Amino acid sequence: MRTITDVVCPVCGCLCDDLEVHIDDNDQIVKVKNACNSSIAKFTSVMKERILKPRVHGKEVSLDEAIDEAAKILANSKFPLLYGWSTTTVEATKKGILLAELLGGVIDNTSSVCHGPTVLGIQEAGVITGTLGDVKNRADLIIYWGSNPLESHQMHLTRYSYMSKGRFYKSKKERTMVVVDVRKTRTARLANKFIQIRPGEDFELAAALRMAIKGQVIEQEEVAGVPVSEIEKFADMLISARHGVIFFGMGVTMSEGKFANIEQLVRLVQDLNGFTKFIMIPMRGHYNVKGSGSVLDWITGYPFGVDFSREYPFYNPGDTTSVDILRRKECDSALVVASDPVAHFPISVIKYLKKIPLIAIDPHESATTKIADVVIPTAIAGIEAEGTAYRMDAVPLKLKKLIEPPEGILTDEEVLERIYERVKEIKGD
Amino acid sequence: MEILIKNGFVFDPTNNIDGDVMDIHIRDGKIVQEVSESAKVIDAKGKIVMPGGVDIHTHIAGAKINAARLFRPEDHYRRVVPKTKLTHSGVGYSTPTSYITGYRYARLGYTTVIEAASPPLETRHTHEELNDLPMLDKATYIVLGNNWTILDYLSEGDLEKAAAYVSWVLKAVKGYGIKIVNPGGVELWGWGRNVDSIDDTVEPFNLTPREILRGLAKINTMLDLPHTIHVHSNNLGKPGNAYTTYQTMDAVSDLAGSNPNIHITHIQFTGYAGDDWLSLRSGAEKLSKYINMHKHVTFDLGQVIFGDTTTMTADGPFQYILYNLTHNKWTGGEVEAEASSGIVPYSYKKKNYVNSIQWAIGLEMALMVKDPWRTFMTTDHPNGGNFLEYPRVITWLMSTLARERSLKKINKRARKRLALPTLDREYSFYEIAIITRAATAKALSMKNKGHLGIGADADVAIYDINPETINQTNDYLKIRKALRHAAYTIKGGEIVVKDGEIVQVVDGETYWVDSKIRDELMQSVIPELKEKFKQYYTVSFNNFPIAEKELLHSRRIQRKGKI
Amino acid sequence: MLKATLITGRTMHQGMGLEYGKFSEFYKEKVAIIFIDPEDLEKSNIQHGDTVRVKTPYGETVVVAQKSKEAPHKGLVFMPYGPWANLISGAETNGTGMPHFKGIPCEIERAPNSKVLDLEALLMQYLGDE
Repeated sequence: MRTITDVVCPVCGCLCDDLEVHIDDNDQIVKVKNACNSSIAKFTSVMKERILKPRVHGKEVSLDEAIDEAAKILANSKFPLLYGWSTTTVEATKKGILLAELLGGVIDNTSSVCHGPTVLGIQEAGVITGTLGDVKNRADLIIYWGSNPLESHQMHLTRYSYMSKGRFYKSKKERTMVVVDVRKTRTARLANKFIQIRPGEDFELAAALRMAIKGQVIEQEEVAGVPVSEIEKFADMLISARHGVIFFGMGVTMSEGKFANIEQLVRLVQDLNGFTKFIMIPMRGHYNVKGSGSVLDWITGYPFGVDFSREYPFYNPGDTTSVDILRRKECDSALVVASDPVAHFPISVIKYLKKIPLIAIDPHESATTKIADVVIPTAIAGIEAEGTAYRMDAVPLKLKKLIEPPEGILTDEEVLERIYERVKEIKGD
Repeated sequence: MEILIKNGFVFDPTNNIDGDVMDIHIRDGKIVQEVSESAKVIDAKGKIVMPGGVDIHTHIAGAKINAARLFRPEDHYRRVVPKTKLTHSGVGYSTPTSYITGYRYARLGYTTVIEAASPPLETRHTHEELNDLPMLDKATYIVLGNNWTILDYLSEGDLEKAAAYVSWVLKAVKGYGIKIVNPGGVELWGWGRNVDSIDDTVEPFNLTPREILRGLAKINTMLDLPHTIHVHSNNLGKPGNAYTTYQTMDAVSDLAGSNPNIHITHIQFTGYAGDDWLSLRSGAEKLSKYINMHKHVTFDLGQVIFGDTTTMTADGPFQYILYNLTHNKWTGGEVEAEASSGIVPYSYKKKNYVNSIQWAIGLEMALMVKDPWRTFMTTDHPNGGNFLEYPRVITWLMSTLARERSLKKINKRARKRLALPTLDREYSFYEIAIITRAATAKALSMKNKGHLGIGADADVAIYDINPETINQTNDYLKIRKALRHAAYTIKGGEIVVKDGEIVQVVDGETYWVDSKIRDELMQSVIPELKEKFKQYYTVSFNNFPIAEKELLHSRRIQRKGKI
Repeated sequence: MLKATLITGRTMHQGMGLEYGKFSEFYKEKVAIIFIDPEDLEKSNIQHGDTVRVKTPYGETVVVAQKSKEAPHKGLVFMPYGPWANLISGAETNGTGMPHFKGIPCEIERAPNSKVLDLEALLMQYLGDE
């Protein structure tokens, strides 16, 4: 038996790094401490629905054959789509970017269907943010807007926010928590105050708050289903806080308005900085969507939806983003790494994904691997492979390798390197 | 690999060579006495040969720069760089992508750059970007002036433990030196406030900026670090702040030995006389007078270039002021227990009174300070302007005509209030070599950089300018053009640029300081640091350090401390 | 028949299911469901545990109705992210890249004669070889 401490959890954007993993003499993970339910599920499911051998058209083949087939598909493709990246290492994503540049294809990560609108809002107005420890130490007013951490980021409140122990605020007794949502979620039940809004009217509420904090008169009786008196009370809470934070999620990015909702929240926080200290932090879902976005950003200038067909990086959401490209049937092949779009994209675009040659690189079976033409199994990053990951607040941590992957299984980084080299050979560079 | 650079006009101030026609011999990445007959010969007849440029302060890698890239797609669309057989594609002007940054510096004849500011918690990110910065040797300063561990120890009066922490953190995050940004002010910005002077009290630490500066200056000496404390003073951007800068320099003058012990960075931004924007004046006269009389100070210009750029600093409160002034989009970020940052796009306009004064200050400082060995040329890229404009700054310093022409275009009221039109000093090529390479390398204690003596790294820039026939006053445009596109850039003994184009891509090394102090002091501090991590941070103590293998090519510089 | 606005999103069990395996019974149990406000259940005569058909402008899906513990949210129904929700989500992004995952108008009615497909069958039915 051995125990590894300070393990970085490869599940959600919390990127908790205090896990304790117990491994038996057969290299099996038998116990995980300090982990949430989803984390325990991941660590104890290492071999569940595990892909052990590469496949081409459903038949088992050698790794070299699979890589060769994948490289052929991509090299002969006019406009390949390289999608995923959010549950693998930064190093692997970087290989993917270089591959997309070589191929003249599009590389996109899951931000496209998640916090892409946040990026758009930030590109309009900026964003005032901070690291999670800034919240733990200084924040006395914690707001979750369109976010339900008890379901999506289970350690968030205890490690970083309402129930954390920081330098200046040591417990939830010293803090106030507010939830803004369309349902009274489990998170809302824990809050000191719950503001229920009408679906699709986050923009209106944020705009009304911007007026209320400045003492401007709102000439309605309610906005977004919230009585103006409630809005004004909330505005008072905001400007009286010593240090506030708004955590925001899909409730805002996916609801009507999308990026405009984020822009309005950004402006609210910027306005609040005229009264007191305020920041906002996006609740990134996957543990390395921020990491893949960061490396995309420093290499191409853009954090998602990057089109290399002009031989330089080009970005235009709605044009260079995956769902749109699939919907308009513009790509002629796809490489999916560390993601399962077949389970998470609308059905109409998945039908097209099935029609084109599809390569899937993943440790486990998924809806995508089930319909892919080429399947290449890889090691689980953070358990069987090391690499860098970035937390939701952009703090970078090193994922650890705890156990060996199954026989013959390489890392995402290694497989992508091989595909890259083979594509170069085929193209005759 | 052997190279023989023949018959060039060599400017190597470190070795007192002022335009002599001589040969430079290179073998296996080093300058050597003599090479064999089989060496590749570069004919440098009629050309200037200098050591490769050493940029002592630029913002090109890390979380802050990446956040700026993210929110400036419009800056990217204006400059797109298609891939070539040798080079990767990229984008950007004021916030270029990593590969492009390396290629551009190389074409200017630069071979070493220092990233100006990285908070410890995010320095792993800085190194990931530096790993992807081709063509250049590099290092990063670590922002420490508002760091809770240091403030705790300083407020307890425990200088040795504070020094032990600095030693530990520099090694842990592979940093090169101590960066101080608005000491105390950034801590107060954690609550939305700021300091007004270097003697304000920063609660709850009960420290003043002056005490933070002095503490870190002492620590720098105790650890014998290769560079001085690198200081972005309080009150940046505020009219009248020249006085704060003077106080900052003077605050550590009694602590200095025979060498400089403080570097004031981008002095233009902290060189404002006057009481408000209307009465803004250049503070260069008083500041340069002080620097002329006090040898413990080095400084860099932070020269303004008219046009669009992006301001980005670790001075959160200053960036908020700029947001309020301009109402441009604004990004800012707090880093737990360590630092802050802010980013605001900005445009310097010739007809704007304030921008015109700002533009003059950097040049006045360079022209009024007599000692080029303590004067470094920067634009605080991208805050004052883009590093691509270094050739323009050089010609402003070398040519009164270039200055005159620019002076004609600036705000008239500003021009009347500036000393600049009366300054007729012109920098020589020798002095330019000092302020862009020899002096900066010396200030960084990089013994093998910034000069072409035997044993130096073979980092060489060759420019197509004949110093004997060129009229530096009148032909400044020719000089500017030649400096923009090096005839040759040699990095580590490899020819990487020819006629302004990349002909080979190489990787550089990342320099960092392995600071050694006595074992029992470090051992006594470690348990306390672990406790602080539990209390203040959200990452575990053991996961915080960066392993040496995380650097693409590590260059460890050992410094033995006096404690 | 219940007319409502559909939102899709994360749940803890859906997240755990992702790790236990998408082809597991656990995943189907936790993801092929729709949460309805108790008052809406009553007024439309749907019981917790009933098989229901959910129709949107984008398609239809058969899942199991659940009494919501996040009430009150009359007129709003919630489904966890996943393949069953994607049968009724929209691919138009309005130039943002973000498809239609929340705020979708839907109709829900009891479908006692229909079966909830497991993931394998769902993929066969909707993506099977033509």
